[in-house]
Amino acid sequence: MKSHFMFVGKQLIRMILLLICVSIAAFFLVSVSPVDPLQANVGQAALGSMSQEQIAKLNAYWGVGEPAMSRFLAWASDFFRGDMGISLLYRRPVAEVIAVKFVNSIWLLAAAWMISGIMGFLLGVLAGMKRGTWIDRAVKGYSLMIASTPAFWLALVLLMVFAVWLQILPVGLSVPIGMEAEGVTLADRIRHAILPALTLSITGVSNIALHTREKMIDIMESDYVLFARARGESSWSIFKNHGFRNVVLPAITLQFASISEIFGGSVLVEQIFSYPGLGQAAVTAGIGSDVPLLLGVTVISAAIVFGGNLTANLLYGVVDPRIRRGGAKK
Amino acid sequence: MTAERQGMDKDTMKKNIILEIQNLSVSFQQYGRGFAMTDLDVIRDLNVTVHEGEIVAAVGSSGSGKSLLAHGILGILPYNASLGGRILYEGEELTQKRKEELRGNEIVLVPQSVAFLDPLMKIGPQIRKGKKDPGSRKKLDEIFEGYHLKQEVQDLYPFELSGGMNRRVLVSTAMMGNPRLVIADEPTPGLHMNMVRRVMSHFRELADQGAGVLLITHDLEQALETADRVVVFYAGTTVEDADVKDFGAEETLRHPYSQALWRALPQNGFQFITGTQPYVKDMPKGCPFAPRCERCREDCKGEIPYREIRGGKVRCLHTE
Repeated sequence: MKSHFMFVGKQLIRMILLLICVSIAAFFLVSVSPVDPLQANVGQAALGSMSQEQIAKLNAYWGVGEPAMSRFLAWASDFFRGDMGISLLYRRPVAEVIAVKFVNSIWLLAAAWMISGIMGFLLGVLAGMKRGTWIDRAVKGYSLMIASTPAFWLALVLLMVFAVWLQILPVGLSVPIGMEAEGVTLADRIRHAILPALTLSITGVSNIALHTREKMIDIMESDYVLFARARGESSWSIFKNHGFRNVVLPAITLQFASISEIFGGSVLVEQIFSYPGLGQAAVTAGIGSDVPLLLGVTVISAAIVFGGNLTANLLYGVVDPRIRRGGAKK
Repeated sequence: MTAERQGMDKDTMKKNIILEIQNLSVSFQQYGRGFAMTDLDVIRDLNVTVHEGEIVAAVGSSGSGKSLLAHGILGILPYNASLGGRILYEGEELTQKRKEELRGNEIVLVPQSVAFLDPLMKIGPQIRKGKKDPGSRKKLDEIFEGYHLKQEVQDLYPFELSGGMNRRVLVSTAMMGNPRLVIADEPTPGLHMNMVRRVMSHFRELADQGAGVLLITHDLEQALETADRVVVFYAGTTVEDADVKDFGAEETLRHPYSQALWRALPQNGFQFITGTQPYVKDMPKGCPFAPRCERCREDCKGEIPYREIRGGKVRCLHTE
């Protein structure tokens, strides 16, 4: 039992270290970028009409000229206390902005993640079990084709087909245009999320299907499946007793590792569908020199992706008896 | 026990034949250069007969096609392999359909090691093939009792088994059916002789209950220790079928290769012969042993019949 706590503790320490590294890297990149804090915050026009005295005062306020290290420490200690700063573009606390965007994104991401995971798993297992048949060739062909298709291109195609030609789904945004917030129904939100979620699901499937197929083929060629066949187990019995059990472990890792891919894909896809989620916020913040928001989104994204991998590692310990029991014995 | 059994065999004369393999061949389809397909004959002219209540050891070095024999009988060869010759089980042709019906029940395989068990499935459910009915549970409980395995072992995963338990668990898998033919593929790799004897006693028990046991091994000493009859393989071909007694002296053996094996035993001076078993692709015409044989003559390049000599069988033209 003790080793399990050790394991979780180690993982948490790792997560903290990772977040520190990510924030240092992001902070460093921003500090060498040509973004001038004064100009970004006050605006070109206002800056021009200010006296030297006022500018010097503002420079002192924004910490221009201070060493990057002390600026970073100031930002980090505020961040640590939950104060992520004020977003320049939204004029609201960064934490608040991220929370709103996150809620918008999370359903989209969760739906895409679930659909691509389940579909990818089923297709991969089927192809691996029926290796060499037309089912296998179809799954492999589909996966390879999709894997080599850029997500943004697929998004544009879907947009054209369903929103422009067929006109059965909205072109973009997460709610109908010109409607009051109170009037928006759940159905409206779902309708708006369908296309971006579909894009992310379709692209996510191929990776998971191909990996699952590969693993399934390994399993079908393993000694224990050979022995199971020698013992007269049917294909279904082999899948039920051995195939599923063994393929589900790598599938879990794959599924949680794919969070990063879905997340990365969402930046492009949300941009194309003008979907006001976390991905779009990142792009907007980058283009609009909204440094506090950009840093906030970066750190939160890193935490989510790492959280996915951590969950996979922890679940492994629960599902795999060699780790669960093997660890407990020592 | 063994001597007693052999004596009895002689008295009652020919017991029922359980398995009869006639000129079995296994070939693999392979891609050669470009898209040209070539057939690779890994096994040709394999003859083995197993009677009721008998342990037959199939002895050969690695690459002589021993495991393929087991897989061929069970119908679990890879998809690109094709089978020739005849396999008769209880006097009837053993077709793929019949193999699928019989395997795991009447025809059982005892594998080499626990690597052949699913690492993620507990021992009990795994031996029961996932069945949960009271009948299967009771049967397994009884089998475990018979092999002095604690019932708690059923709740362990394969990686938790100790070395001593491994073998008994693997033999238990065979007992879940009603075995008539037991195929043991290298069941004692790298084990100490005492342990080998103990494992073999399990197979002797099965034979005493009327089953036929085909023991596949590369270890002649072990085969002589436990089997009633020894079939010697060389490069995918059966070269000799001899009673264990015949291995008492070089002269009572028939084939030059069996005699070479005999001379290589520690008690007979560890002598080895030069050369290696030919690779499938450059197999000589006629007798596969010809290039290493001192008795080889011109006619060894032709067809070599499998003939009976002094109560055994041999595939050699120049032996009496």
